[in-house]
Amino acid sequence: MARFDSNDDSVVVVIGSGAGGGTLANELCRKGFKVVMLEAGQRQSSQTFRNDEWFAFKQLAWLDKRTTSGTWRVAKDFPNLPAWTCKTVGGTTVHWAGASLRFQEHEFKARTTYSNVSGANLLDWPISLRDLAPYYARAEDKMGVTRTNDIPGLPGNNNFKVMYNGATRVGYKTVHTGRMAINSRPRDRRASCWQLGFCFQGCKSGAKWSTLYTEIPKAEATGKLDLRPESHALQIQHGADGKATGVLYADRNGKHVVQKARIVCIACNAIESARLLLNSSSSTFPQGLANSSGQVGRNYMRHTTGSVYAIFDKPVHMYRGTVMAGIITDEAELNTKRGFAGGFEMETISLGLPFAAAFLDPGAWGRDYSSVLEQYPNMAGMWIVGEDMPQATNAVTLHPKEKDQWGLPIPNVHYDDHPNDIAMRNYGYKQGAAVYNAVGAIKTVAVPPYPSTHNLGTCRMSERPGDGVCNQWGQTHDVKNLFISDGSQFTTSGGENPTLTIVTLAIRQADRIAAESTRRNL
Amino acid sequence: MKIKRREFLHKSAIVVAGVSAAATGVTAAGLAAEWTARLKTLTAHEGETLLKMARQIFPHDRLDDSYYMKVVEDLDIEASRKPVTGKMLRAGVANLDLSAKGKFAARPAAEQVSALEKIQRTPFFEKVRSAEMVALYNNPDVWKVFGYQGASYPFGGYLHHGFNDLNWLPDPPAAASPKSG
Repeated sequence: MARFDSNDDSVVVVIGSGAGGGTLANELCRKGFKVVMLEAGQRQSSQTFRNDEWFAFKQLAWLDKRTTSGTWRVAKDFPNLPAWTCKTVGGTTVHWAGASLRFQEHEFKARTTYSNVSGANLLDWPISLRDLAPYYARAEDKMGVTRTNDIPGLPGNNNFKVMYNGATRVGYKTVHTGRMAINSRPRDRRASCWQLGFCFQGCKSGAKWSTLYTEIPKAEATGKLDLRPESHALQIQHGADGKATGVLYADRNGKHVVQKARIVCIACNAIESARLLLNSSSSTFPQGLANSSGQVGRNYMRHTTGSVYAIFDKPVHMYRGTVMAGIITDEAELNTKRGFAGGFEMETISLGLPFAAAFLDPGAWGRDYSSVLEQYPNMAGMWIVGEDMPQATNAVTLHPKEKDQWGLPIPNVHYDDHPNDIAMRNYGYKQGAAVYNAVGAIKTVAVPPYPSTHNLGTCRMSERPGDGVCNQWGQTHDVKNLFISDGSQFTTSGGENPTLTIVTLAIRQADRIAAESTRRNL
Repeated sequence: MKIKRREFLHKSAIVVAGVSAAATGVTAAGLAAEWTARLKTLTAHEGETLLKMARQIFPHDRLDDSYYMKVVEDLDIEASRKPVTGKMLRAGVANLDLSAKGKFAARPAAEQVSALEKIQRTPFFEKVRSAEMVALYNNPDVWKVFGYQGASYPFGGYLHHGFNDLNWLPDPPAAASPKSG
């Protein structure tokens, strides 16, 4: 593994090691760039992961204090936990479920397609599906996505059997075990899936793609990556010319270090990426770095989500096997007749008993609730994930008073559900219940959104600098050697799980950084 | 109606759990005295009150008191380490007794539930509820009663241990759900 001097200003500093940062670092190293990767969390491995929901949550989740506001139910149930993301090497690719879906063409043109949705700050992406298609193909190959590249689908588990039978009985046409970045056959020196049922807790078989044991070791093998775990970025610094010059971070001993850089790439997940820019304000950039548009932190999206769990009079054991290898895509298509803009996917999901108790109805107690939990073995579950509307007032901002362990303002995450989000969620609940009722559910339970794992849009891409934070390459409009490399760049959310698109954008961004460097534009 | 073997086993397990709960009831008084003596900082009365409270928050007839005692023991340990928690628990118990005009723990179940409904927005209630949610449902002995198998890595995952053994619905076609390979 490489070690670069903190005064070496020829390195690229990548902040964050998840889907965006981990992929970008590997792509850049393979092109010969020297990369310093700062990761706030510790390095775990398949050996240190545990099939234990609460243990894994404490081991992997980002638990630094945050506050919430707005009408979303998360603010009431989890006031200090707006998001369920990770602080560990590999970022949230350690926790993700593996669903890898391409955006649809119309989703890149949300403003044009849905026209003027009242209260929504919609914008078309500055790129189209055609621009991304070749990069999507590279991402699918890199990640080993099932049902692409001649990789067979995963075998369906019990939870999928229930979904499949219910879905086909209500007339849904496209129902299968998904496009999953989980090996159905050994591939890329990783095993095939053992159906452990603990995808969210870190994959102990290594079948699920995570930058922790794919991109990052591959980058280390080039001799070009200096990975620094337990290194928490505090501020991006800039010079008199307005270009980024380096990153101030706290190392594992709490010592403040400045790592100089020729290029800085931010991939801290949408809450921390926005917070880092806001915490990097200066006399030159009083609103925060790269924020002349005032859009940093705004348009925060988290997908319209919800779950439907159903109880049957016979066993299901939903927790056995790959958590999200099951999908109904019929509701994802463009269809304006349902009373809302955008579409959604219906995907299998399961929780172990400990997290079922925590999440099925947060805060609930009493016999009605405990009797639902007693039916645990007879339960099936699905997750609804759909396009939510960007709103200028849904925003990550700096807390006016509270500070973190480094003395910096903590983030507040404000989210009001848009009427479109509510209409979609209620329709999704109804359709999910219909699927389960078609196969004899005794009872269905509509479950509110969990803390957000899909955090998007806080540094969005835009054609015009006034509408967003970065251009189609993720390069910030204001600071040309500063890039946004995670889901923060999403102009709109689409209805698909975002990781594949984050990886795709990172591959494309690496190509751009290389090309612009060759042209001496960076 | 023909009962399948699995269902029969499942129902038998519930019956067995019920019997053991009833059997425990016979010696409940003796057990309770022994248990409250083990508490580090809470009094026997406080422990018994919190035990009744815990039973009403997540009531499961098939679980005997020992599972709920563990919840109170966890709270007791925290109270012995954090005085602020001990203070909150003591005040909460006193308040329940006050509203019961006597001993909350001695009131009928329905009255206990309505007393808890009145305080469900208090930090005291949320402290007990959230601690119980973890202590009760994260207990591997409770998992057995509820049919949750927990960690699968030690036996190689569910690939050869029933991930697709559901037999009351037809198997999806291979195009939707390929055979494992």
